[in-house]
Amino acid sequence: MKRESFFARNPSVLVFIAILALFTLGVTLASEAFGAGLISTSFIKTLGKTLCLCLIAVAMDLVWGFAGILSLGHFAFFGLGGYMVGMWLMYERTRDIVVASMANAPIPPTPAEIDAAIGTQIFGVVGSSEFPAIWFFSGSLVMQLLLVLLVPGLLALIFGWLAFRSRVTGVYLSILTQAMTLALALYLFQNDSGLRGNNGLSGLQNLPGVTASQAVVSVWFLWASALALGLGYLLAAWVVSGKFGSVIRGIRDDEARVRFLGYSVEGYKLFIFTLTALIAGIAGALYYPQAGIINPAEVAPIASIYLAVWVAIGGRGRLYGAVIGAAFVSLVSSWFTGGQVPSVNLGVYTINWVEWWQVILGLSFVLVTLFAPKGIGGLFDLAQGRLVPNRHGADYGPDQGALMEREGRE
Amino acid sequence: MPPLNTGNSFMMRILLALAAVLSLSLPVSAQEAPVQALLQQHRDIILESSRKTIEPAIAALAGSGLEPAQAVLRAWENKEMWLRSSDGRFYRGESAGGKVQTLYDFDSGTKLGDEPESALQQLKPNSGIRALLRAALVQFQLNDPNPERRRAALQTIQRDGDASHLEPLRASIETETDPAIKALKERTEALLSIRHGENEARRVEAIEALAGDIALDVRAALNPLLATRLKAAPGAVPEGENVARQLKPGSTALSRDDAYRLLAESGLAKPHVPAADRLAALAANIADGRVGGELVARLTDPAARDRAYAALAAEGKAPPTVTDAEFDAALDGHVFYEVYAEPSRAVTTAAVAAMSAINRNVGMMQALDLGLDALSLASIFFLAAIGLAITFGVMGVINMAHGEFIMMGAYTGYVVQQFIPNYTVSILVALPLAFAVTFAAGVAMERLVIRWLYDRPLETLLATFGISIALQQIAKNIFGTQARPLTAPAWLDGAWVLNDVVGISYIRIAIFILALIFLALFLFIMKKTRLGLETRAVTQNARMASSMGINPDRVNMLTFGLGSGIAGIAGVAIGLFAKVTSELGQDYIVQSFMTVVVGGVGNIWGALAGATMIGFFQKGVEWMNPSNTLAAQTYMIIFIIIFIQFRPRGIIALKGRAAGD
Repeated sequence: MKRESFFARNPSVLVFIAILALFTLGVTLASEAFGAGLISTSFIKTLGKTLCLCLIAVAMDLVWGFAGILSLGHFAFFGLGGYMVGMWLMYERTRDIVVASMANAPIPPTPAEIDAAIGTQIFGVVGSSEFPAIWFFSGSLVMQLLLVLLVPGLLALIFGWLAFRSRVTGVYLSILTQAMTLALALYLFQNDSGLRGNNGLSGLQNLPGVTASQAVVSVWFLWASALALGLGYLLAAWVVSGKFGSVIRGIRDDEARVRFLGYSVEGYKLFIFTLTALIAGIAGALYYPQAGIINPAEVAPIASIYLAVWVAIGGRGRLYGAVIGAAFVSLVSSWFTGGQVPSVNLGVYTINWVEWWQVILGLSFVLVTLFAPKGIGGLFDLAQGRLVPNRHGADYGPDQGALMEREGRE
Repeated sequence: MPPLNTGNSFMMRILLALAAVLSLSLPVSAQEAPVQALLQQHRDIILESSRKTIEPAIAALAGSGLEPAQAVLRAWENKEMWLRSSDGRFYRGESAGGKVQTLYDFDSGTKLGDEPESALQQLKPNSGIRALLRAALVQFQLNDPNPERRRAALQTIQRDGDASHLEPLRASIETETDPAIKALKERTEALLSIRHGENEARRVEAIEALAGDIALDVRAALNPLLATRLKAAPGAVPEGENVARQLKPGSTALSRDDAYRLLAESGLAKPHVPAADRLAALAANIADGRVGGELVARLTDPAARDRAYAALAAEGKAPPTVTDAEFDAALDGHVFYEVYAEPSRAVTTAAVAAMSAINRNVGMMQALDLGLDALSLASIFFLAAIGLAITFGVMGVINMAHGEFIMMGAYTGYVVQQFIPNYTVSILVALPLAFAVTFAAGVAMERLVIRWLYDRPLETLLATFGISIALQQIAKNIFGTQARPLTAPAWLDGAWVLNDVVGISYIRIAIFILALIFLALFLFIMKKTRLGLETRAVTQNARMASSMGINPDRVNMLTFGLGSGIAGIAGVAIGLFAKVTSELGQDYIVQSFMTVVVGGVGNIWGALAGATMIGFFQKGVEWMNPSNTLAAQTYMIIFIIIFIQFRPRGIIALKGRAAGD
């Protein structure tokens, strides 16, 4: 039997990549740096950041929608990726500033003096001036980029190994992942964590050694984010397409059965968990230079739960759903919280959308969970007329009830 | 009773006669008033005002037993005693402004009128005399008939006592009648003797008497004795020094650089040239792009810098630096040791022994205090988690909005306090009201959302999380982002203090008691009531229960409401000591889940065990690293993740069919 090509089996991947390319091209042509100047630099940054959020949403969909692991801790990996690249950005930029300011001294500074001055600059806010051991590689871009992969990957590997081998599943695993990200956030909040406590790392939008304006840099980052999203999507689609994808979907639907069929369930879960942590780390490493600042609040448990919200609203179990959800919710969210939506005056009370947006988001999330478990992605099914038999909203899900209904039908 | 009557009238007559005599003799007695007479008797030495000769005058006043003597001494000490030149008598003067003094008689205390200062002579005791006067005054206070004043005098002595207080204090112990004050006097005497005892034996005796006493004042008295100072001497330790210990340069207690710095500071070695001075010397001597024979551009290399500076020093343009050989030789040639500020060896030895006994006792007390703290933290966790133990533990519903129910309870307490100003009443009203509010919210949530998702736990988690976001934001919109006060009634203020180390605030005790009450309530409802029976039946097998005539919908609704209501009451309790903000619940939600998961789902004793373990663990970590509660929480969570490896079902795991799955 001749196997069809990957793209022939997954036409949606090609469509997605085409749309992504068109979007990137369009934004570039409308940008201030390379085109008509229709889109402001800050909005290009917002779009670039949104692409990074879409990438981590793809990772979340992979781990939750396909493997059934509701991780409430993926923003920990995202944040760690950001911190790793932020360390290099901050070190190099401070170094440039320090060297420039020392160049006027009559006696040229020794390397040790430069290091001490950089240390004072960076760690002065937390009452220290010495470089902690974790900054050992901060002078090397290559090493820090490696760490972007290594640190989240190792954390996911260790945590996942501990969690999966003791067969922690379902809500317990969710709570445990949430505890992990809470522990990380609390650790980073300390001043002696070596990452500047609650000050976080700042000034990340300035690329050391680059003289181009922010308008240009923002487009570069948009390209990089789009490329990363495209590649990440491709990778995710490839992972879930073949036999491997069938196995992880099997684990999602009935873990015990897959185990009895002889598959090493823990190995599969660990692989997916670590892979998605790597993707999340890359997304974070691209996100924070565009945001300009990273602090421990970014890895607080709430962020990871929002990630689940995006994927759920977009429609989990299909990769483009995750992308749509992340893009839609985060853009609408920044539209509402940006104060651009006019307030509604009801006479007795004026609804200020900045204040009420969260309420709407929370409630719409409840409604989506209750009435539209397929999320926005479900609309595509309507369009394609691919409606599956009504399962009373109890379709794929890692729980036993849903499975029994499916069995009865097939 | 006629005889008594006559007696009375007889007494009356005597009294009247006495009064008549007194009133007649008043102008006369002004001439010979006892205190004034005493002062006149010692007039010469008082006017001489010398530390050497004054003592008989003070002793006479202090020992006279006359009531105004104290006032005289005080006025004297405060430089308020004046001698009127016209009659040569002593008076107390009060400045009436403009170099005019209002005079008062010492004996009667009566006002005598104003007098210009030119007609007066002020007595100005020097500091030596004032010290004698103060000591004499303390003796008065120590023997004051009012016990409160005696206590106040003892407190003064404990705060800043000196050697002169020792004698009057000892003298007053004999005559003290109040046993409590007597004990306090003896203790004060011992504390004072430690520092100011007349001889070594007495001081050592006093130290040994207080050994093991953990009170702060004892430690404050002993610490100065054990204060040490780092010294260096060439060759060997000189004789006659009370050496605490000898230090080796390069050890953890004394780095080699610090040792050298000490030598330089005490003039025993040549000081280092500071880096800034060296840099300035180099910068000052740049000529033709070179300094000390080195190209300036090359000075990024520390070795080149050293060479350039050495060249400058050789030319005499800069002070020479310390070479490594000189450095080593200086360190080798000296001994470094710590000496006690207290010269007496016997005293320091006794103090070290006493201090180690004290430290041992303090350590034990600290452990007890830590245990109380941990217990209190555990009861807070338990209180926050007990509602969850019902909804999550018994029903298996994961409610991420549980924390927001806690918050709603706290805000209910706040709102009640806006209407009822009496804090005691308002708390008593707030507790049932908070239960009612969160019970209603819980029932509404169960009816509207959760019952549709009973077989999909992950989606319950997400939906309740959506509710949690919405509730938090609504609270923020209503109450603002700043913390709202929920004030505890006055009788909960303060703390139960066992000694200087162990103490626990009443609020924490109240929370502990509340936690116990809830434990009892939970057990009662689950084991003894119809609702508890039905809940357990529905939890174990809903279909079987419904075929036995139980309405599972109703039971689920009520159970969920009960769990939520308890969260509301916990909110009031937590609000009493934590700040009430819209994020109050968020701070407790993860810990609450941890408590239930670690303890074992479906079992109240599990939640109790989980809360105890987490509370004690967290306090234990805080004790090891007291400056950092954030780290304690981090380690606690890591510990829990590892703990679950070994007991995935918690401390108390359900066995058999009740375990479900």
